[in-house]
Amino acid sequence: MVFTFTFSACEKDLDREPTNNSTADITYKDLAGYKQVLAKVYGSFALTGNGGPDASVGDVAGIDQGASDFLRLFWNLQELTTDEAAIVWNDPGLQDLHSMNWTSSNVLMRGLYSRSLYQITLCNEFIRETEDAKVSARGITDNDAVEIKNFRNEARFLRAFQYWVLMDLFGNPPFVTEDSPIGKFTPEQISRADLFTYIESELKAIETTLVSPRTNEYGRADQAAAWALLARIYLNAEVYLGQGQGKNTEAILYAQKVISSSYSLNPNYRNLFKGDNDLNNTETILSINYDGISSQNWGGTTYLVNAAVSAAMGPSTFGVPNGGWAGMRATKNLPQLFADQTGNTDKRAMFVGNKIEMDDIKVFTDGFAVSKFTNITTSGEIPSSANGVFVSTDFPLFRLAEMHLIYAEAVKRGGAGGADATALQYINLLRSRAYGNTTGNLVTLTLDNILNERGRELYWEGFRRTDLIRFGKFTSADYLWPWKGNTLAGKGVEDYRNLYPIPSADLIANPNLEQNLGY
Amino acid sequence: MICIFNFLTKRSRLLVFILFFVNFTSYAQQVIKGTVNSKSDGSSLPGVSITIKGTTFGTSTNTEGKYSLSVPSESSILIITYLGFNTQEVNVAGRNNINIQLVESASALDEVVVIGYGSIQRKDITGAVSTVTSKDFQKGNITTPEQLIVGKVAGVSITSNSGAPGSGSTIRIRGGASLSASNSPLIVIDGVPLSNDNISGATNPLSLINANDIETFTILKDAAATAIYGSRASNGVVLITTRKGSSGAPQISFSSQSSMFNSGETTDVLTAEQFRTYVNANGTAAQIAQLGSSDTNWSDEIFRTAVGSDNNLSVSGTFKNIPYRISGGFLGQKGVLFTDVLERTSGSIRINPSLFKKTLKIDLNLKVSSSNSRFAYQNAIGAAASFDPTQSVTATNDFGNYFEWTTTVNGITTLNPNATKNPYAMLALRNDRSDVKRTYGNIQFDYQIPLIKGLRANLNLGYDYSDGSGNTYVPAEAASNFSVEGLDNDYKQTNYNKVGEFYLNYSKEFKQIKSDLNLTAGYGYYDFLNTTYNYPKYNGYHDLVAGSNPLFEFDKPQYTLISYYARAIYTFDSKYTLATSVRTDGSSKFASENRWSVFPSIAFTWKAKQENFLKNADKLSDLKLRLSYGVTGQQDGIPYYSYLPVYSASVPVASYQFGNKFYGMYAPNAYDSSIKWEQTATYNTGIDFGFFNNRISGSLDIYYKKTKDLLNSIPSPLGSNFTNQITTNVGDLENKGIEFAINVNPIKSKKLSWDIGFNITYNENKITRLTAVDDPSYAGAATGSISGGIGQTIQINSVGYNTNSFYVYKQIYGQDGKPLEGVYADLNEDNIINQSDLYHYKSSAPKFFFGFNTQLNYNKFSLSSVLRANVGNYVYDNVSASLGVKSNILNPAGFLGNTTQAIYETGFTNNQYLSDYYIQNASFLRMDNLSLGYNFGNIFKGKTVSLNINATCQNVFVITKYKGVDPEIFSGIDNNFYPRPTIFGLGANLNF
Repeated sequence: MVFTFTFSACEKDLDREPTNNSTADITYKDLAGYKQVLAKVYGSFALTGNGGPDASVGDVAGIDQGASDFLRLFWNLQELTTDEAAIVWNDPGLQDLHSMNWTSSNVLMRGLYSRSLYQITLCNEFIRETEDAKVSARGITDNDAVEIKNFRNEARFLRAFQYWVLMDLFGNPPFVTEDSPIGKFTPEQISRADLFTYIESELKAIETTLVSPRTNEYGRADQAAAWALLARIYLNAEVYLGQGQGKNTEAILYAQKVISSSYSLNPNYRNLFKGDNDLNNTETILSINYDGISSQNWGGTTYLVNAAVSAAMGPSTFGVPNGGWAGMRATKNLPQLFADQTGNTDKRAMFVGNKIEMDDIKVFTDGFAVSKFTNITTSGEIPSSANGVFVSTDFPLFRLAEMHLIYAEAVKRGGAGGADATALQYINLLRSRAYGNTTGNLVTLTLDNILNERGRELYWEGFRRTDLIRFGKFTSADYLWPWKGNTLAGKGVEDYRNLYPIPSADLIANPNLEQNLGY
Repeated sequence: MICIFNFLTKRSRLLVFILFFVNFTSYAQQVIKGTVNSKSDGSSLPGVSITIKGTTFGTSTNTEGKYSLSVPSESSILIITYLGFNTQEVNVAGRNNINIQLVESASALDEVVVIGYGSIQRKDITGAVSTVTSKDFQKGNITTPEQLIVGKVAGVSITSNSGAPGSGSTIRIRGGASLSASNSPLIVIDGVPLSNDNISGATNPLSLINANDIETFTILKDAAATAIYGSRASNGVVLITTRKGSSGAPQISFSSQSSMFNSGETTDVLTAEQFRTYVNANGTAAQIAQLGSSDTNWSDEIFRTAVGSDNNLSVSGTFKNIPYRISGGFLGQKGVLFTDVLERTSGSIRINPSLFKKTLKIDLNLKVSSSNSRFAYQNAIGAAASFDPTQSVTATNDFGNYFEWTTTVNGITTLNPNATKNPYAMLALRNDRSDVKRTYGNIQFDYQIPLIKGLRANLNLGYDYSDGSGNTYVPAEAASNFSVEGLDNDYKQTNYNKVGEFYLNYSKEFKQIKSDLNLTAGYGYYDFLNTTYNYPKYNGYHDLVAGSNPLFEFDKPQYTLISYYARAIYTFDSKYTLATSVRTDGSSKFASENRWSVFPSIAFTWKAKQENFLKNADKLSDLKLRLSYGVTGQQDGIPYYSYLPVYSASVPVASYQFGNKFYGMYAPNAYDSSIKWEQTATYNTGIDFGFFNNRISGSLDIYYKKTKDLLNSIPSPLGSNFTNQITTNVGDLENKGIEFAINVNPIKSKKLSWDIGFNITYNENKITRLTAVDDPSYAGAATGSISGGIGQTIQINSVGYNTNSFYVYKQIYGQDGKPLEGVYADLNEDNIINQSDLYHYKSSAPKFFFGFNTQLNYNKFSLSSVLRANVGNYVYDNVSASLGVKSNILNPAGFLGNTTQAIYETGFTNNQYLSDYYIQNASFLRMDNLSLGYNFGNIFKGKTVSLNINATCQNVFVITKYKGVDPEIFSGIDNNFYPRPTIFGLGANLNF
């Protein structure tokens, strides 16, 4: 009798709870709590996880933690597969990108696909927890409740952004919204076209409820971000929806909305990619924010700065005194877009090197190093850093210059509502900023001009693969670069490689998914 | 008066005096003397217990086998007991001098073997159980207990993790039953199950246990033996008993062991001369100019011949009717890697009083130890292999005056961040010290309940507390941490585990129906509390590192297990035994609906030798058949709270910027609310045999283990949880194998005896299911991280293959027999060489492993040896894969690096990490131990002081085709292995 009593009392000890973690209701008890979850909703595309740069476990598994952040993966898949960059390292799956012989087991593809869907799942959770009923049930009212509504719209924007990433790279991902449960369930697959419709409808639903352009805190999305993403998906609509399904008219409309807004071109192109680009930045619409002390990370711009520099180049000149990893550099196609590769005329040409030919893909000095992203501030200082390696440079996900290029290209592709002259003017605004005068201005504009201009303006910013696909140059033999298809001269590869495979890891986890054609 | 006289004249009578005094009893005294010998070889037996029947009085024989004892009456009966011999009763019958000859028990069949919650005689064992007692332990320098039984038990593989002092071992019983969760067996010391959790500052929690205090190891292998431990038993159970007090006069034992450690083999790199030749022939002018003028063997710089000693003192005896043992030990050992030091002080007390006419037995057991370590920075081993041998150790510079690679740009010289750092400086400029204290113990009450004969109650209360703290200091000038200006970081952790167990046991013989019944039922409560303290970080100037102030002062993960268990053993006619047990466990790691699970077992034993038709087969001394089936569980290695949906905060350096402020991130954690027990079903059939009065004895076991609901970290459907990979119950794994052990005693005479033990294990391991959905395009879960490429792995867990199979490209060789760089077989014949051409090739797990022990005694000399062999295990030579290429020697990052001799065989320019060329057969034969002892016997006339000395060599030799440093690497990945030293030891034991 006594024992029975004691035993059942002891069984209560089986309900153990963690010391430092909390339940949803405690986490969301006030606005500050909501904002800390919002920090995660955003921060999950900046950082690898909650444990800091050297934690063994992060948000996304199956890949080295230092390489598991969004930007490093997105950049690798958008740039290393193109003429803009090739890398010397042996990390798993990395060489397969430039060789264009990847398989559905590629860990980098699984990494990005997982990262994007992870952020989407977080957004869904946050959208559920920001329902009006829940917010008021937690006793949050007035201005705080209004602010939480803004948070909610931004989460919807970030979800749309990550669905765009998935639509562009993987085509037909699994589809979950705030109505999907957490736990043992297998999401349905969505087709690329249906996903287009969903992203479009989401962005249109929030384009008026997000805060007005340039009125939000730095680092948070506003209406211009939604317009910019709409412009981007409309420009690529033929790729996403099929031939003849172009939406260039809409692209012009939304690009113009951004151009007409309070964003303006930064007078100095190079300052857009420096260590203090979070300050006085009128051009960047939405950035991923990094900091050498408070947002430490081995990926992101730390990767873009360090891996582009070798020890022999003097890493401290690039703001990373203890860095310089000698990883990626451009194939000759990129510097050859510039008539003058020194950067003396077109200031956007930022190359270092003596040998433009990439005879050996594993030798860093074969090909020009790219010094576009640095951790030096506009005044020549190096921001505080935990180790002289982590940088504070923010990465522009959307900036105004892209809208100029979208406008021009959409006009050239036959979109209505724009004008040739305006298109030329928008391009020349970029060129005259680059040259510091009008000597580089164009007098006529062709589609090929625009692709090359995009190369010059937006190189290494994660656009190249999407651009080459839109111009039919990604897989075809019409346009080659060193080591395309794993040969020095370059060769065409199968067309199915315009889409990345659904990672085999998710295929086995989710029987609802069908592999993309060709894989 | 007589008593006082005895006390004054003969110390050995002290005990008798006290006993008599305490019991207020007076008897007619009669003193008897004699010697106890072994009947088989006539040798005298020391430490034999002699008690007077019906009383608690007794004594034990001295080192010459002599005893003397006062008995109360002429018709007293002496009971003579000694481990490994049949118990004898002798009627004094008025004699004053009684010499006794003891008969060795049939292969120690009568010896008492501990099992879960009790002990039984060996002959009654129903499961697959192996015992190793102190006389069979490995000899020499033993810093961690599991090393005592390496190679001694079939089915048990013990692989030391490195040659560092006190380094732990990977223990696998029958191959391990899990993938993601733990594969380590449950270790129970004196009835207290230990946790496998590590403690900060200790390389291995077991290294805090003094091996000298251990008396026996009992390995429970099949489910019949382990199922009583239910949820923690899938990987087998190791029961350890420590030494107890002996009856009689205090016996003092002092042992001292001095050892010398030779670093043994190091990586076979190019000499300075070979290196110069290579660079001059292949390097650019700039690279040739980087060559130094020294001739440095970096391995010689970082490795040393080290010394160590281990001293132990113990006193055991009986004080006021209470047997006790007190021991203390001090171990000091340097590692062969410069700066490695381990010092351990340990102590133990054990007392075993009996009260209420021996109906209440109390066992109090207390152990304490404190270890102080300095840990060498083991990255120096790899750095030594790859550092340019033409450079000198020292230089005049800003890096503590040790040579380092630098780059000069625009006249400014800075440390080359990508270059290998000076290995000697890595050790000299790092002080990593820890202080770990551990105490564990228990008190056990075993009470014979009055009125109901055969019923006893047992209460066992135990604890295990350890406290590890330390500091790592690296000065700011050290190149290894130059970018952060050094380190000065503290750490601290405590583990506090509690055990409470209560059981009732009823044992009765029903003679009229020739039946024996033994019933046990009990309850257990186990609690594990770990506290990790978080401290801010400092640099080498002791300046606070920005952003390092911890959010939480500490974290206290805790989990609790509660168990109910029962066992029934029924024996009919001493021939047929049916044993069954059932245990139900509840764990706080699972949601309430999955919390409890039931683990049953059933076993049948047939003692064929007892049958009439074999009773007279006199050459056959033992024959027993065993059959068992049982289910065990596993929850070790599962995160504590993974079923709970919670939010967790980020560390300060993982904040996100809005505006000009940084916000800590609150994230929902991934969770699996349905996570539950992993279950392993084990089938075992075995036979025990003995011939020629057990001069030949052994056993053969065949087993099949199938694990279901395997806890596996598998891809989680994206979008359904806050992760892409979750640990959940999916997958099946099987292990099947054969174990055979035989002991032969070919020569047995008074002067000369020879014992041989041999065991062989065959284990086959296969994953049979891994994911919820079958998809042929899914190769499996990559594992086995290697150095070279961020996140690069060399092994995979795939359905149909051994766990941790290598997953590599098939190398193509040229006509000269050399591997062709980057040329691999197109295994799927699609004309593209990509990941689809990787294939499963071998595994690190040996198919067979063998152990061989022998001991030869001649007069006072004894010679013993232990050899082991593994066959069919493969190792990935990560050192050659990383270093053995031109781009490593002439590194494009602006420095030179040394290489292994593999460069001459491959001539590769760039690393080919995934080539099967680097997977090598690492089958080996190793002589673990060679030991020569001499027993001086009594060294002083008339006084009982005996001396034993021995000389030991450990890790005598290894025969293998493997080209790296050591073929015996559990993970199968040889990445700058800390070499196991060859140890020469001299030891002495003094007993008085």
